[in-house]
Amino acid sequence: MKTFLSFFIGLILPLAVHGQETPDALVKTVTLEVIDLIAKDKDIKAGNRAKLISLIDAKVLPHFNFQAMTQLAMGQSWNKARPEQKRRLVEEFKTLLVRTYASALSAYSDQKFDFRPLRAKPNDTDVVVQVRVLQSGAQAVPIDYSMEKTPAGWKVYDVMVGGVSLVANYRTEFNNVVRDSGVDGLIKSLDSKNRSLEAAGAAKK
Amino acid sequence: MLFSLAGCATTGEGDPRDPFEGWNRGVYKFNDKFDDYLARPVAETYEDWVPREVRDRVRNFFSNLADPFIGVNNLLQGKAAEAFDDWTRFILNTTVGLVGIHDVATDFGLEKHNEDFGQTFGRWGAGTGPYLVLPIFGSSNLRDGVGLAADMVTDPMGEIRPIDARNAAIATRAVQTRADLLGASRVLGEAALDRYVFQRDAYLQRRRSLVYDGRPPREKFE
Repeated sequence: MKTFLSFFIGLILPLAVHGQETPDALVKTVTLEVIDLIAKDKDIKAGNRAKLISLIDAKVLPHFNFQAMTQLAMGQSWNKARPEQKRRLVEEFKTLLVRTYASALSAYSDQKFDFRPLRAKPNDTDVVVQVRVLQSGAQAVPIDYSMEKTPAGWKVYDVMVGGVSLVANYRTEFNNVVRDSGVDGLIKSLDSKNRSLEAAGAAKK
Repeated sequence: MLFSLAGCATTGEGDPRDPFEGWNRGVYKFNDKFDDYLARPVAETYEDWVPREVRDRVRNFFSNLADPFIGVNNLLQGKAAEAFDDWTRFILNTTVGLVGIHDVATDFGLEKHNEDFGQTFGRWGAGTGPYLVLPIFGSSNLRDGVGLAADMVTDPMGEIRPIDARNAAIATRAVQTRADLLGASRVLGEAALDRYVFQRDAYLQRRRSLVYDGRPPREKFE
């Protein structure tokens, strides 16, 4: 029954529901679906990072606005980048975030989720969806998704884990690199970071 | 405003929140070595050999012992209801939860809180002061460093005798704590371009959030 249900959800989700679905329902559906798919996949459980990343690419990535995330992470440095550099930055940052997300998911081990009811007015276009990860003997870890309504549905533009905003946390790093070696320097350092992670992932297999 | 104290010490181009960056990076490097050669391997071995149910109970046990002073800190911050919850948690978990190895209080709807003296000073209006990396303890700042000293003085572990038993208990708690952070430190290593900067900024954001119990005044993006 559960399999049938998630199959059904997987089928209609990309087609119809975007736009109408509430952002908190979207977060819940995607989270549970991804956790369920990982739990059932022997390769991913055995540490196949490439397969996990392609799962994230297919299921999670469409709900993120990477352009907005890159822009927020860059702060004032964003305006220093030419359009072609912006495209590269978004691409590299996306790759890095997907890898980070994959490594966070690998650390997941059966903790329970508490999906908080959305506190927003029906016509709000910028909301925070709150999820809490429960762990025995420790304070629950809040995960807050900042989401914006776009013509293509609700899109996440920041994730806060335990009060730490992911995009804000990159701001100092990014600005330091841009100050020292320009926008191209940042593209280069993101690119080499991604390459080294890829190499490390390949070596592990 | 939060960083006004640090701001006074600014020199040159460095981050105004981190005037001792050179010194801090040195300590950070030392801590990294300590972690590479001792703390992380021990924590990984612990995670490999000790089943999760047992680790949960160890975490619960130490967590329970911390609840009375979490309550004290809540009271010092004027949150009497939360303090009352913490002490009720302690009584419930110590008795029904078998000296704290089961967190039954959470099942009764009494949530675990995260408080310490650094947060209390923050609630009272103390700025963070300059960012500091402490040997072994890692990320801190002037305010939280003083808070940590107060936490250690009031740590119930310190009362355990004989001394060998006290040391064993403190070591076990440290291993459990490091093991709980294995996932997070792996993610940090993969996410950061400059791990020192990424960890520092995450620490400062995290502590700010904790001082306001997860609801800090929203910072504007430029």
